[in-house]
Amino acid sequence: MPVGSLLLNGIASGLLLFMMAVGLTIVFGLLDVLNLAHGAFFLSGAYLGYRFAGEATASWGSFTLALLAAIVVGALMGGALMLLTRPLVGRGHLDQALLTLGLSLVVTELLLEIFGRNDHAVAAPTGLDGSVEIFGGAYPVYRLAVIAVGAVVAIVVWYALERTSAGALIRATVADREMVEAIGIDVRKVTTVTFMLASALALVAGVLSGPIKGATAGLGNEILLLALAVIVIGGMGSVIGTLIGSLLIGIVQNLGAVLLPQFSSFLLFGAMVLVIVFRPQGLFPTAAAVER
Amino acid sequence: MTNPLTVTNPPTAAETPKMTAPPKAKKLLKPLIVALVLVALGLAPLLGASVYTMVVLTTVLGYALLAISMDLVAGNAGLLTLCHAAYAGVGAYASLLVARQFTQNGLVQLVAAIVVAAGVAALTGWIAVRATKTYFLMLSLAIGELLHILAVQWKEVTGGDNGLSAGSSIELVPGSPVVFTGIVYWVAFAVFLVFAGIVLLVVRSPFGSALRGIRDNEARMRGLGYPTPLYKYSVWILSGGVAGAAGWIMTVQLPRFIAPSQLSFHMAGLMLLAVVIGGLGSMWGACIAAAAIVIVQDVIGQDLGGRGPLLLGLLFVIAVYLLPRGLAGIRLRRSKEVV
Repeated sequence: MPVGSLLLNGIASGLLLFMMAVGLTIVFGLLDVLNLAHGAFFLSGAYLGYRFAGEATASWGSFTLALLAAIVVGALMGGALMLLTRPLVGRGHLDQALLTLGLSLVVTELLLEIFGRNDHAVAAPTGLDGSVEIFGGAYPVYRLAVIAVGAVVAIVVWYALERTSAGALIRATVADREMVEAIGIDVRKVTTVTFMLASALALVAGVLSGPIKGATAGLGNEILLLALAVIVIGGMGSVIGTLIGSLLIGIVQNLGAVLLPQFSSFLLFGAMVLVIVFRPQGLFPTAAAVER
Repeated sequence: MTNPLTVTNPPTAAETPKMTAPPKAKKLLKPLIVALVLVALGLAPLLGASVYTMVVLTTVLGYALLAISMDLVAGNAGLLTLCHAAYAGVGAYASLLVARQFTQNGLVQLVAAIVVAAGVAALTGWIAVRATKTYFLMLSLAIGELLHILAVQWKEVTGGDNGLSAGSSIELVPGSPVVFTGIVYWVAFAVFLVFAGIVLLVVRSPFGSALRGIRDNEARMRGLGYPTPLYKYSVWILSGGVAGAAGWIMTVQLPRFIAPSQLSFHMAGLMLLAVVIGGLGSMWGACIAAAAIVIVQDVIGQDLGGRGPLLLGLLFVIAVYLLPRGLAGIRLRRSKEVV
């Protein structure tokens, strides 16, 4: 496979990773809790894609339906998780980690219970399931589409967080929760809505990744580990850092798997160790992230 | 800013002033129960436990000791570790490799497991103890995953995803393999007791108090002249060695098998949760929770057709709501008490 195609693969998986990791990092900033169920959310999206779009061929209608379902289900799951954490306010962060890990096990097992333990493929919508000639080889059109969609999502997320007043509110809540509360804003509403959006984004990423990675049992944990690495490398709470970290990890993983098959998996966690030791604030820290 | 995912005071220590020391009868109750359970465990082979039961009990002992080793650093030094499942795995690999290459002597294998696991803990720990809070958790996650990947990829030594097995029983006296499951269980039980005892002594020593001081306020301990990184580093190596012994116990019964999944993030997370559910800083709580996890996952899960993780997940969620202070907090206890 030519290096160009590998690079494109890396960008595609990096952008999917970004959609997953950005929600994780924002929710972490808002609630001070690592949502370990985020990987299970992503997995739910992949299975929704399998359920609505099917394994062999998918029409545009069914694929769109899968995406809409992902948004609705994701928002509901995020809202439900928010409600579940309500009784835990004021308790240790470990309790919330415990809760989200327990829920992640439950959601994953329920998905396997419903859809069976076998690996499933997910079909790309018609018209996107072919391939085109790039870099002197055939390249799946669907991945190019994912890159386009992922880039749009990344720009929208960045614009919404950095350039709108709603985004400013979220960033302010991350930076100083009490102050935001003091000027009369319902912080719970802000966190709930953000949580719902972040979860919906994770499920959408899951649907989009379906035709590339399929729907398999181990996918949730795999993607969660990658997203945690992204957050550490990019700097917690930083959108740009998360984007660059995601792309970096996506590309390194895809290139490394071919160029250095023995060492590619070490690269990721080795990089994570180096960043924490020498630059614990991440490569691209935000002002709010530095304080932690 | 509050510390994400980090507990400076364990839940048991949260409410000191209200509680007075319990009456003497109550004080004796816990050692009595612990003694009864230990005697029952010791007599299990004589009480007609089946071979299957004794194999499961041995595994339970292994995970309980792993939980104890994690509780030593998590509950006392405040280092919430995701490394130790991997250290136990390293110990298991070391003991099985010694069994395959050099000797069937179980004690030599035990020493190898402890030394190699403590060595790996020493190599990786100096990075780990320098980080704090969420970064420490992430760093320990990364180190655990690196060891996990190493176990998968280093196929010539570890057998990769197929795992590694020794296939023949341990020997205590050269030339005569211990064929009875019950006797192997007793050996494992003795090793468990020895290491649990060592951890108990460490926890109750001035060294243990210093660790809890570091957990609660590291800056003040440094101000008092304690070399805090050195304290954390030494307890880290010690607990790594104990985790290695736990790995030996896990793989001491036939078929003496280890697979890389034992070192995975999934396993590390489960064990850390066992320690938290048990009540940070409570050795017996950690043991009970670890035993419950093994039994739900391996025994009840089989009966339910592989739905162990589902049950486990539900139990975690229930535990969060019903046991705010962990198993150790179920009845009123003297706070700040350790063990």
